[in-house]
Amino acid sequence: MSFPMRKSPLALAGILLVAVILGFVMLPAIVVTITAFNDKAILAFPPQSYSWRWFARALSYDDFRKGFWNGLIVTAWASTIALIVGSGFALALHRYTFSLKSTLEALLLSPLVIPHFTIGLGLLILSAQLTVGRGFPLVVLAHVILVLPFVLRSVFISLQNLDGRLELAASSLGATPRRVLFTVTLPLLVPGLVSGWLFAAILSFNEFTATLFVSNQTTQTLPVAMYNYVREYADPTLAALSVIYIVVTALLLTLANLFFGLGKILNVDAH
Amino acid sequence: MLTRTDIATPAPSLSTAKPVVQLDGVTKRFGDAIALHEAWLKIAPGECMTLLGPSGCGKTTLLNLIAGFLDADGGEIFIDGALVTETPAHKREIGIVFQNYALFPHMTVANNIAYGLKTRGVEAGEIKRRVDEALALVKLNGFGDRKPRQLSGGQQQRVALARALVIRPKVLLLDEPFSALDKNLRASMQIELKEIQQRLGVTTVFVTHDQGEALSMSDRIAVMSAGRIRQIAAPQDIYCRPQDRFVASFIGDASVLSGKLLAVTDAVAQVAVGSLSVEVPAASLAGLAAGADVDLFVRPEHLVPVDGDGDATAPSLAGTVRTQVFQGGHVDLYIDLGDHAAQPVLLRSSAALAPSKWKAGDVVRVRPISADLVAFPKQDD
Repeated sequence: MSFPMRKSPLALAGILLVAVILGFVMLPAIVVTITAFNDKAILAFPPQSYSWRWFARALSYDDFRKGFWNGLIVTAWASTIALIVGSGFALALHRYTFSLKSTLEALLLSPLVIPHFTIGLGLLILSAQLTVGRGFPLVVLAHVILVLPFVLRSVFISLQNLDGRLELAASSLGATPRRVLFTVTLPLLVPGLVSGWLFAAILSFNEFTATLFVSNQTTQTLPVAMYNYVREYADPTLAALSVIYIVVTALLLTLANLFFGLGKILNVDAH
Repeated sequence: MLTRTDIATPAPSLSTAKPVVQLDGVTKRFGDAIALHEAWLKIAPGECMTLLGPSGCGKTTLLNLIAGFLDADGGEIFIDGALVTETPAHKREIGIVFQNYALFPHMTVANNIAYGLKTRGVEAGEIKRRVDEALALVKLNGFGDRKPRQLSGGQQQRVALARALVIRPKVLLLDEPFSALDKNLRASMQIELKEIQQRLGVTTVFVTHDQGEALSMSDRIAVMSAGRIRQIAAPQDIYCRPQDRFVASFIGDASVLSGKLLAVTDAVAQVAVGSLSVEVPAASLAGLAAGADVDLFVRPEHLVPVDGDGDATAPSLAGTVRTQVFQGGHVDLYIDLGDHAAQPVLLRSSAALAPSKWKAGDVVRVRPISADLVAFPKQDD
């Protein structure tokens, strides 16, 4: 049995609809990419003439350079702290039953439903009250709170997929609980830990709302610097920066896929 | 001290040897549910003891208690004479093979097998020697560098067995090890495991819900149901002299005939079914008076047809053939005995007898021939 070569009008309409939807998904990226090459200092589409100069400006603009490094520092600290804290909680929630267990779980996942500006504002008020400056620790703290639920869920799901009999087998072979953790549990959790860290890092690096509240001129991250820039200038520098963003992210994901297998990192593959 | 196990264990050679595993009234609860009720058990050195029962009977709970994966709520557990009730699993020196083998997926076959040796701090050269020896034992020479996922189910099971045996465990625990294998492989693995077990003389506790497996693998079987050990005995004793109704109906096929108790002496009871009269052990009918209704359990191979022209004078029961099922080596006849049995009884006959001899609807006369008949008080269900 073979499919008829001639498609019905309904099937053609379906294909067209899918194409239109995919087009819409890609549209902002396409528009921004083209705009980035506009020679004129205006955000107009389509451009009259083309140039690379906004890329040069995006890469050399001081606030962006600083924001980028600030973002990396905050992201590295926040996702690492969130990974350690989140794994600890996930292990506890998975392994033990205790009173207030569901309360603890709800508390840990609550940043998912609390708006980011609420967390930012809350920390801002708190830091003012405690006369703590808006330094890196405050920004990192805000990011840890925000990304913790994602790490927790990622590790928790990996733990649930982990066959408990592997740990039992290890202990029957004479391994102490500590040895079981380091030779069996943790190595098998690596994909979950990596994907949890990666999710946290992506969220943290792109986080804007809460960061706007808790950062200052010296601690502002790239998204905040971009926001400040767009309030002052309306040239294609941001569009150029966006293109760099897209290219770098795509490059990183390609590399990750090459070396680790993306399915494994994103935890969608079973093994 | 006399325990229940002494009473339940008829083989003197086994009960006199110092037990490798001993359970004294071990109880386990999960919340309000009693998963295991006062289990008494002694397993002799080198013995293969099977825990047999339907799912939820407590056999896996019992295994996990011996392994130290669960804490007992009552009673004491001894391994090799030492009290281990409170000892954590990693200090009990037991080997275990799980149903899904539980091989470490991130380690090679060799490292899986070496795991228990490394935890014991065995030096590298010795580890290599013993891993190679273990691989040879399970006929997997040269497979050391593979990862578990590159192996078939049967090969994975061999690795799991090698990993459990290489530490020279005091007890080998097998948790339904064959249920994930296909039928042909299962039979050959059973024979192989039995050979290895006997060659090494390792004391083994084997958990299964498959009675065929239990009968073929074990030195003794502990039949369990609803958290209790019903009977501990050698396979042929379990089959021929079941102690209670559950054991009689769970192990092997059995037909139930409705009988009446005629007379009871100390050891033997007379039971009548129609014009037949048979002798059964009196122990299982304790407390019943003559005239009571009893259920007589008959194995399919213990029921024979009575030829019309032959021994026609011997007492027999008349029935109608309901179904005839050709099974290759034998023929199963389901015979309706009217008032003598609530369900059609099963008669198993050699296939050499012409399969066309009986047809559905034929009238046939049958009688039990074995001395191994048992009867229990009638149960209304």
